[in-house]
Amino acid sequence: MSESKVSVKPSRPWRPSPKERAINFALILGSVLASYLLVAVTELKGKLAYFAVFFVALAVLNLVRGVLTRDWMNGRDQFFSIVMLLGMTMVILPTASILYTVFDRGRKGLHAGLLTNDMSLATPSDPITSGGLLHAIIGTFLLVSVALVVSLPIGVLTALYLTEIKGRLTRPIRFLVQAMSGVPSIVAGLFILSAVVYTVTKSYSGLVGSLALTILMIPTIARTAEEVLNLIPNDLREAGVALGGTQWRTVAMVVVPAAKSGLITALILGVARIVGETAPILLLTGGGDAVNLNPTQGAMGSLPFYIWKSFLLGTEESITRGWAGLLVLLVLVLSLFLLARFLGSRRTK
Amino acid sequence: MTTLESQAGRIPSPREITTEPRFSDKVFRGVVTAGGLSSLVILGLIAIFLGYQGFEILAKEGISFITTSEWVVEVDSFGAITNTTFGLAAMLVGTILCAIIAVVIAVPISVSAAIFLSFYAPNSLKKVLVSVIDLMAAFPSILFGFWGLFVLMPSAEYWAKLINKYLGFIPIFEVEPRIFTRSPFIAGVVLAIMIIPIVTSISREVFSQTPLDRIQAAYALGATRWNVIRTVALPYARGGIVGGSMLGLGRAMGETVAVYTVLNIVYQINWNVLFGAGGNVASLILLKFGEAQPYEIKALMAAGLVLFMLTLLVNFLADQVITRSGTKGR
Repeated sequence: MSESKVSVKPSRPWRPSPKERAINFALILGSVLASYLLVAVTELKGKLAYFAVFFVALAVLNLVRGVLTRDWMNGRDQFFSIVMLLGMTMVILPTASILYTVFDRGRKGLHAGLLTNDMSLATPSDPITSGGLLHAIIGTFLLVSVALVVSLPIGVLTALYLTEIKGRLTRPIRFLVQAMSGVPSIVAGLFILSAVVYTVTKSYSGLVGSLALTILMIPTIARTAEEVLNLIPNDLREAGVALGGTQWRTVAMVVVPAAKSGLITALILGVARIVGETAPILLLTGGGDAVNLNPTQGAMGSLPFYIWKSFLLGTEESITRGWAGLLVLLVLVLSLFLLARFLGSRRTK
Repeated sequence: MTTLESQAGRIPSPREITTEPRFSDKVFRGVVTAGGLSSLVILGLIAIFLGYQGFEILAKEGISFITTSEWVVEVDSFGAITNTTFGLAAMLVGTILCAIIAVVIAVPISVSAAIFLSFYAPNSLKKVLVSVIDLMAAFPSILFGFWGLFVLMPSAEYWAKLINKYLGFIPIFEVEPRIFTRSPFIAGVVLAIMIIPIVTSISREVFSQTPLDRIQAAYALGATRWNVIRTVALPYARGGIVGGSMLGLGRAMGETVAVYTVLNIVYQINWNVLFGAGGNVASLILLKFGEAQPYEIKALMAAGLVLFMLTLLVNFLADQVITRSGTKGR
């Protein structure tokens, strides 16, 4: 006599059942239908109408479903879940649109010589294949490097003050760093103009542009570095001091090496913050069309200036050049961002 | 017999225990403190230099620099300045108007997105969406500016016409003559998109700090998810949301390039948000800088000082709101 085997099938009660999935799908389908119907029948027109009707219909249908399955309170819950989804969609849509636009329009401006030529011999209405971005990329690289050399030590020292020394000034300094990150970029430009250009150098150059970028970069580096240093366990600091190290040795040989990859992330985020900064560049660098390797002298081109100038020239070719410049800038920001993400995720493992 | 006591000098005298840092530490602490004070120094220098350059104008115009709205530089045929009037009111109104429109649009969207991320999104989706929002925060403003001008403008113009059609009886939505492009409303929409990432990530951070026991207690009492959000999470996060919104407001006030690209800068006080004329202080500086004589540049420096003080004030208030809500035992 064989015993009949009863195997209990594992179930996942927290997952929506097939029936619920079907209802969900039907509701979405119904909302799409409703949006098409209403746009066709009534005076509502345009993308906005589809979007609005779809979400209103989805919210109302979910409300009805909620009320029918349980009660009024459940219906309201369902309704607001759709409202929150709507908010999320409205955040994602512009981002998607920006990425799509830049890749779609910038694509047309790409050509073989883009990264090896400069604009010194090209006029605005020349075909797109003449000229290129070389001067702008070199200029941006120099501007960012000089800004980095100045702001990295200051930013990290500020972060070290906030995490290691914790004196009476911690609160006010944290506020000042916050306030500094809110300084409008044009004010940073004006400041360098009044403090450096009119008093010392008397001329535009890449260096003064870098100084303005420094002001914008320090708070980003300081805040990210502070977060990173806060993550270093206190045990490490105590161990360092217990071994007889002075605070200086502990910070220099234990804390900072432990936070190294995080500090690099801070650096990258700082670079991403300033690489596309336009307003101070427009005031200070002069924006040349030829390659200039000397940041202390002469007008220096850069990606934001190139984009700005191309769009303002207004011919069809130069606008295409502008989009191509934006594409290069966006790719630069994207890769910096992904690099920071990669380093950040490696740190937490 | 030698005792230990007789061997004077061979026993180390007890070390003095002190909290006095050693020399190397003194240097270290000095250097780090100096670095920490750099933000104070830089902010102070900004105020001093802009004040120094703009002092002449501020002294001449006095309070009318921020209360009147006329920006006139008259030159005679030799190029010498004969008469100047500098009043910033139109641009100040424009700055505040655009920034307020941006906050009014951005805050509801950001807060609901933050609620979605904190309470609804499954973990895998959440990670992706948070990355996208962080990425959006890293977009340069020139990108928002030209995207707003070329892509958003046609749609936003249509929305403006809709608002004017159905809400036109409210004075601020009047448009006469009917010019809808390049209005403060559209600039406000672009600024809203720019500040959404900041407001969203701050709100999300505050929501994630909501005490778990209170959330679970509410669920245990039979609350739905919406009940939990409305009665536990939102009251808890209110201070952080207000503070985050004010940080966004400060950011929107100081924006230059995006506003300059999108907005039709006209020197007049314009409260009709849908009408295609406006301006803000930052874009005025960029606009006038190119052709300004040294004397007008001083006026622009003074305008920069006013803008700097304004953003500093907004940031200070935001900081106060955030810390006050942070220390209160909710």
